[in-house]
Amino acid sequence: MNFRLRIWRQKDRQSAGQLVDYDASDIPPQASLLEMLDIVNERLVLNGGEPIAFDSDCREGICGTCSLTVNGEAHGPDHPGAACELYMRKFRDGDTIVIEPFRVRSFPIVKDLVVDRSALDRIVQAGGFISARAGSAPEANSTPVPKTAADLSMEAAACIGCGACAAACPNASAMLFTAAKVSHLALLPQGKPERIKRVVSMVHAMDAEGFGNCTNTYECEAVCPAEISASFIAKLNREYSRASLKGSAGE
Amino acid sequence: MIGNFNAHIPHGSLDRKWTNHKDHARLVSPNNRRKFEIIVVGSGLAGGSAAATLGELGYRVKCFCYQDSPRRAHSIAAQGGINAAKNYQNDGDSVYRLFYDTIKGGDFRSREANVYRLAEVSSNIIDQCVAQGVPFAREYGGLLANRSFGGAQVSRTFYARGQTGQQLLLGCYSALCRQISAGTVQMFPQTEILDVVIVDGQAKGIVTRNLRTGKIDMFAGDAVVLATGGYGNVFYLSTNARGCNVTATYRAYKKGALFANPCFTQIHPTCIPHSGDYQSKLTLMSESLRNDGRVWVPKQKEDCAKSPNEIPEQDRDYYLERKYPTYGNLSPRDISSRAAKEVCDEGRGVGPGGRGVYLGFADAIKRLGEQTIRERYGNLFEVYEKITGENAYDVPMRIYPAVHYTMGGLWVDYNLMSNIPGLFVIGEANFSDHGANRLGASALMQGLADGYFVLPYTLPNYLAGQMGKRPSTDHAEFKKAETDVRAKIDRLLKINGNCSLDLIHRELGLLLWDKCGMARNNAGLEEALQKIPELREKFWHQVRVPGDDEDFNQSLERAGRVADFLEFAELMCIDALTRDESCGAHFREEHQTSEGEALRDDDNFASVFAWEFQSNGQIAPPKLHREPLHFDTVHLTQRSYK
Repeated sequence: MNFRLRIWRQKDRQSAGQLVDYDASDIPPQASLLEMLDIVNERLVLNGGEPIAFDSDCREGICGTCSLTVNGEAHGPDHPGAACELYMRKFRDGDTIVIEPFRVRSFPIVKDLVVDRSALDRIVQAGGFISARAGSAPEANSTPVPKTAADLSMEAAACIGCGACAAACPNASAMLFTAAKVSHLALLPQGKPERIKRVVSMVHAMDAEGFGNCTNTYECEAVCPAEISASFIAKLNREYSRASLKGSAGE
Repeated sequence: MIGNFNAHIPHGSLDRKWTNHKDHARLVSPNNRRKFEIIVVGSGLAGGSAAATLGELGYRVKCFCYQDSPRRAHSIAAQGGINAAKNYQNDGDSVYRLFYDTIKGGDFRSREANVYRLAEVSSNIIDQCVAQGVPFAREYGGLLANRSFGGAQVSRTFYARGQTGQQLLLGCYSALCRQISAGTVQMFPQTEILDVVIVDGQAKGIVTRNLRTGKIDMFAGDAVVLATGGYGNVFYLSTNARGCNVTATYRAYKKGALFANPCFTQIHPTCIPHSGDYQSKLTLMSESLRNDGRVWVPKQKEDCAKSPNEIPEQDRDYYLERKYPTYGNLSPRDISSRAAKEVCDEGRGVGPGGRGVYLGFADAIKRLGEQTIRERYGNLFEVYEKITGENAYDVPMRIYPAVHYTMGGLWVDYNLMSNIPGLFVIGEANFSDHGANRLGASALMQGLADGYFVLPYTLPNYLAGQMGKRPSTDHAEFKKAETDVRAKIDRLLKINGNCSLDLIHRELGLLLWDKCGMARNNAGLEEALQKIPELREKFWHQVRVPGDDEDFNQSLERAGRVADFLEFAELMCIDALTRDESCGAHFREEHQTSEGEALRDDDNFASVFAWEFQSNGQIAPPKLHREPLHFDTVHLTQRSYK
């Protein structure tokens, strides 16, 4: 297959970037989008050029490293799935494909298509955990967890931390990311003792990182490779209100 | 040789060794812990759990990973589950049985004491993970669910859908985040280790490169913990993430750490088959699928081109069930992989190039209904559909073995310390627990056992004698290591040839897959040993590494890793050639039973091969040290899964 690519090139955070055109010819339809970029890069290098920087690692949709906006959509048109799970057979021969980084103010560009998502780590550091010292855990079956709660918690926990939710959101909000972590832990009995502090700290950290607010456009849910439901944002809002009330009541 | 080569197995009966050892290990008191700086390289299940636990204990920890966040370490891709001897199913499991299955699964090439300890702490791991909020699968009564896995006749595997590795890693990452915010752990993401610094015979620091800025830094510590994973990417194509590499362990080896059993590499039987040169990685389909899926090929070569659904039942060969009636589709990985290779070599493989076998679910769907199968494996079927464009509910999956895990690694003693004092190696990066073949759902168990429950006891035992001995990075050894690292980078950037990195790496991978993969023989290994230096030569003269060093330069990162793979591959082949027996995943064609199974030679090879780097300006043949394996509890048998 043959494609015309328009790819965002930017030397570093300070420099201005621009879309640059490339031809990608003789691409096998079974190749993934990232493998297509590998082929383009290999040809670039052999012709004395500098390869296009892009992030990827597991290439099977679980590590959340890849962070491409393809034809205006975070992770491209084949939802649900990360950009590494996007295969060229999903495009038509001769298509023009525009590839840009995730565009979020809180994710500064490092180079070309690579962004810095450490803001998401800092949200988790603010409270996205259960304090359980190794060695102090009670017997695993001593606290039964209803299957429905465990399953729902797992649905939230499936978040791969890619940041596509923020990239797709017109407000660059990281609410779905934060909601997933808050819900995962709030739904489990083990998460109850720190429930109030957790949600307040995480929401404050999210705001401090400069992410926008949620205005219910549901773009996040549409692009999420892990199919995290936007209803968890409602859960986050409930958790936050609950925490504010209980917190002000001194609990 | 630096340091000492003694396994330090504690005295006492097998079931008392770990307890005795803990009872007598030296301690560091709480107010002294903050005086120690621990360097942990890697943030997967082993490194992440170690860094979090040591931080919580009060040590000052610096944790490094090449990924942009510790949450992305490759442990995240593990699908199926984690073993533990909880015996929640009341089906006869016990610590002893988990120990026995693991040591037998490893074809009796691991240490009894290490494996027993692993089985012993397995239950604590589940307790710990549940306390952290890992959402394991549960039954309707709210208690934990289990599934069965290869190489065992009990159901002892805990799982979180097909994303167990992800959930365990996120649990460990959250513990790490807590320590980062508490200030006990300082995290260095996108930072790659390029050398270990040895001062007065002890590991006291590392040299790193900041992958984002290209800056070279030096860090001094009281101990260095390598948790840098396996070297499966030496084969170019594997189920490993793109960034997985051998650099940390190989460069430690070049500094004097012994490398043990490098030829023990696991080829996983159920991966999506290879489809072309452009391919950058192979994708695993969890072994858990073999609980309900049946593996088969056509009985007749002529049927291979037919659509699978047109091949009637009586013309299908369910070869695992036929050859291994007791374990059937759940036979261990090495055996299942070789059986797949065998039927494909006979010309009965399916799919492009005849390198594939079917994994069908028709019977399971008939028995349990599509909904149940969807609940159990839905996400795996989706992954399969994405990659191949085929719907596995209607047509059987096509699978083929692929490189997945490496049992070999740096040699460590019972304390998980290498022969170099102060250099600890945990998780897949060490060689210690899986012998010549790892059983499914045991990698996650080992990573977390090492980080949460072993290292926190064995590291203080070393540190107790090290108070105040941490050198400054002004020490000459640091300067020397830094100079070497810079020289190597300069050399890579100056080659400026006209050949791509991937081309050479792919060539190396094909060579190893062919000569040092599922089956090995004398002539093939000799041939590989001829060709690897040629490839290395080609690399150092013809490759082009664009860009410069003080920049985010992904080509340079990869070039350094490929350069190490090109040296390491030789060590692997030397090990495979020297181990003149078959055992587990190491199948030497010269040594097989009349039924084609691996034939061990316990009289000559019941030992660990630990290799010491030798140099005479060039890479010289490594020196072999043997650690004999003593089996006081188990009886060595011909492994049978029939």
